[in-house]
Amino acid sequence: MFPRREIPAVMSTAGHTGHTPPPFFKRGPAPLARLAFFVTLALLLLVADLRFRTLEVARMAVATVLWPLQKAVLLPVEGAGEAGNYFSNLASLQLENVELRKRQLAQANLLLRQAHLEDENRRLRALLAMQERLDVPVRAAEILYAARDPFSRRIIIDHGLNHGIESGQAVIDDLGVVGQVTRAFPLTSEVTLLTDKNQLIPVQVARNGLRAVVAGAGSGAMELKFLPANADVQPGDTLVTSGLDGIYLPGLPVAKVISIDRNTSFSFARIDCAPLAGVERHGQVLVLGKRIAPEMPEEPNEPSKNTVKGRRTAK
Amino acid sequence: MIQPTHSSRRILLPARGWFVYLSLCVALVLNLIPFGRLPGIPDWFALALVFWCIHQPLKVGMGAGFFFGLVIDVANGSVMGQHALAYVLLAFAAGGLSRRILWFPVAQQALHVLPLLLGAQLVMLLIRLAAGAEFPGVLYFLSSFFAVLLWHPLNYVLLLPQYQAVERDENRPI
Repeated sequence: MFPRREIPAVMSTAGHTGHTPPPFFKRGPAPLARLAFFVTLALLLLVADLRFRTLEVARMAVATVLWPLQKAVLLPVEGAGEAGNYFSNLASLQLENVELRKRQLAQANLLLRQAHLEDENRRLRALLAMQERLDVPVRAAEILYAARDPFSRRIIIDHGLNHGIESGQAVIDDLGVVGQVTRAFPLTSEVTLLTDKNQLIPVQVARNGLRAVVAGAGSGAMELKFLPANADVQPGDTLVTSGLDGIYLPGLPVAKVISIDRNTSFSFARIDCAPLAGVERHGQVLVLGKRIAPEMPEEPNEPSKNTVKGRRTAK
Repeated sequence: MIQPTHSSRRILLPARGWFVYLSLCVALVLNLIPFGRLPGIPDWFALALVFWCIHQPLKVGMGAGFFFGLVIDVANGSVMGQHALAYVLLAFAAGGLSRRILWFPVAQQALHVLPLLLGAQLVMLLIRLAAGAEFPGVLYFLSSFFAVLLWHPLNYVLLLPQYQAVERDENRPI
């Protein structure tokens, strides 16, 4: 009975001073409130990154801090790969050697005459008063790993801002175009492969110069887009860069046409292509320097002014 | 006070904060290993996050999920906020269900964890598909199934420090 009398007395004093829970009940805001806060924040970040691309600086800062950790994780993976190489049998290496020798011999003819042909080309262009083809500096880089993002196709290479790599540069290997640098970090950079669904590259058909755009189609394939059903494209055609974008040098091999579906119920033909370069392979790549797009000619301005003037005077 | 499950009678030592966060950091480092496009590699961090949200809902929650999620977003080169959003929802669900899940034996706990992990993967898939990415194939969901297989060993590894005796007895070292 005695304690029961005590309790109302305590409660009445608490009622005067205001009810405060004991400290072990303090758990911060309610879970739903916290959920709403974090979900809103995450959605804002998503929109800022996807729509406005304003988070590249923050991304670079975090990536720079994270790089030593990633490098440390990469070491055992590289070690395992090297151990695998060491134990790979002699036969496969010999086969590869024979293959490489064969390719070198096949290209020897072109390689030996390349300097001569370039000289000749320059002289002819000078004769025709055409603009000189610009040469760009190249930088060899090694593929470190494929990014662990199942929704896109990107690789990380071991050169970055410190080596003069900028986003937008083209990346090639010994067979053709691999992709484009989309993000440059201080020591590494991220290359989006041509087979990524959001990656486009302007090309022309090597056989007849028909211009088009190739887009990644997912699962390692590519698609030639927006060509009418009666376009002059055949299976086996080679597609090379057209150089119209001002990023890729013209004439780099990109893809080979595999199959064409000319269904007249659609306005465009469905043309499947396969990349020529070892896009999904590991190894070395070349990063081409930024290409300076040729300047627009100024001549056409004056005749147009003249014609306008002429018309006005005629009126 | 703290038991491995509510139905067990074994009393554990209280979890140490530094060990909880150390295990989350180790899971983060495991997530950084570049496996490329190999399917079925478990999302170590999601698994560790679910584990601690179920066992220590007052110590680990949505804040940790959000912060580490952003770090993984940068490391993977995915969209900022993709993992953060998925992990926040995962931590909320796991924390809310922790009172229920701990009543079950470990094998049935794993069955509860599976839909949570699949849900987190589904959230990420929806975000990326809405942004116009390619569908990675059904094998993408395989990683959750492999992660759930690890739930039983994870229980031993992460609860090991709490299984030690309060007073160390030289004659009975365990």
